[in-house]
Amino acid sequence: MARRESPEINAGSMADIAFLLLIFFLVTTTMDVDSGIARKLPPYEENPETPPQIKKINILQVLVNANDEILVNDDYMDLRDLRAKAVDFIDNNLLGECDYCQGPRDKSMSESPEKHVISLQNDRGTSYEMYIAVQNELTGAYNQLRNREANLKFGRNYELLGDEDAKSIAKLYPVNISEAEPLKL
Amino acid sequence: MSKFKKKSAGGRPGISTASLPDIVFMLLFFFMVTTVMREVDLKLKNEKPFATEVKKLEKRSLVSYIYIGSPKDRYQAQFGREPRVQLNDQFARLDEIQPFAHAEKQAKSESERPLMQFSIKADKDVRMGIVSDVKLELRKAEALKINYSTRKGVPSMLK
Repeated sequence: MARRESPEINAGSMADIAFLLLIFFLVTTTMDVDSGIARKLPPYEENPETPPQIKKINILQVLVNANDEILVNDDYMDLRDLRAKAVDFIDNNLLGECDYCQGPRDKSMSESPEKHVISLQNDRGTSYEMYIAVQNELTGAYNQLRNREANLKFGRNYELLGDEDAKSIAKLYPVNISEAEPLKL
Repeated sequence: MSKFKKKSAGGRPGISTASLPDIVFMLLFFFMVTTVMREVDLKLKNEKPFATEVKKLEKRSLVSYIYIGSPKDRYQAQFGREPRVQLNDQFARLDEIQPFAHAEKQAKSESERPLMQFSIKADKDVRMGIVSDVKLELRKAEALKINYSTRKGVPSMLK
């Protein structure tokens, strides 16, 4: 029996089909990776109880006004200096209870990383860009301290640690940023 | 004489396009892998601010987005220039955020709900007033895990 060869399929239009698909995906998809600064909001309370009294030295008050100027504990501060100030404040260790801290043990700053609070307050007119920049610097301060401890203990940066190890480091320097309601103009 | 004629008549051989589909498919797969589907049609300006200390959002299916910004030029005649909130595909009022947050929560299974995040995608030029209002609404809706969406880079104030 004679075998008839099947005719070859013309693949000339394959490129056109592939281009069509390619253009479809180019149009309907986006490239941007989602990343950002993670925060936890406090639960809402209708009638907030009076907050517990915190010693004044344990509070780092950061105010950002409508002109995007920063006031830290009643002094003007440049955004560039905020990170170093926050690191010193969190790591201060006035009581001497924290054996991993390397802070300056200044009398006017926080007693220990567990007790410190950074109070952030902005104006309704503060620009979002500035607010994010301030949040970024504060997060940077925590990350700097956590990275230092992670490198000492595990020899790696904080974000490269496994869940358990990361938790143990996060406990050493807990993020205590308290945001007050914005001032109303 | 005839020798020369023969050469010119032959011409150059055409470039083979047989591998063109392969190249295009390669590009196609590259884009399919590196990009993600666009979820919404943005009706407002959304230029995110820069930050360096960013964390990647891991499970995209557990993230809901809230957009804040001034309406794009072609919507300004209808919606004005003041910054507004966009949920899904349309502009929303502030009091629509709570029902939105509850609906988003209901759509997820119970075990996944504690892991849900709300990503605030605000334009860098908006003022904090509207962002604070959105945050207050989220707190009322008990949506406490949030994320300020940013691009990776040095903030313009630090340059």
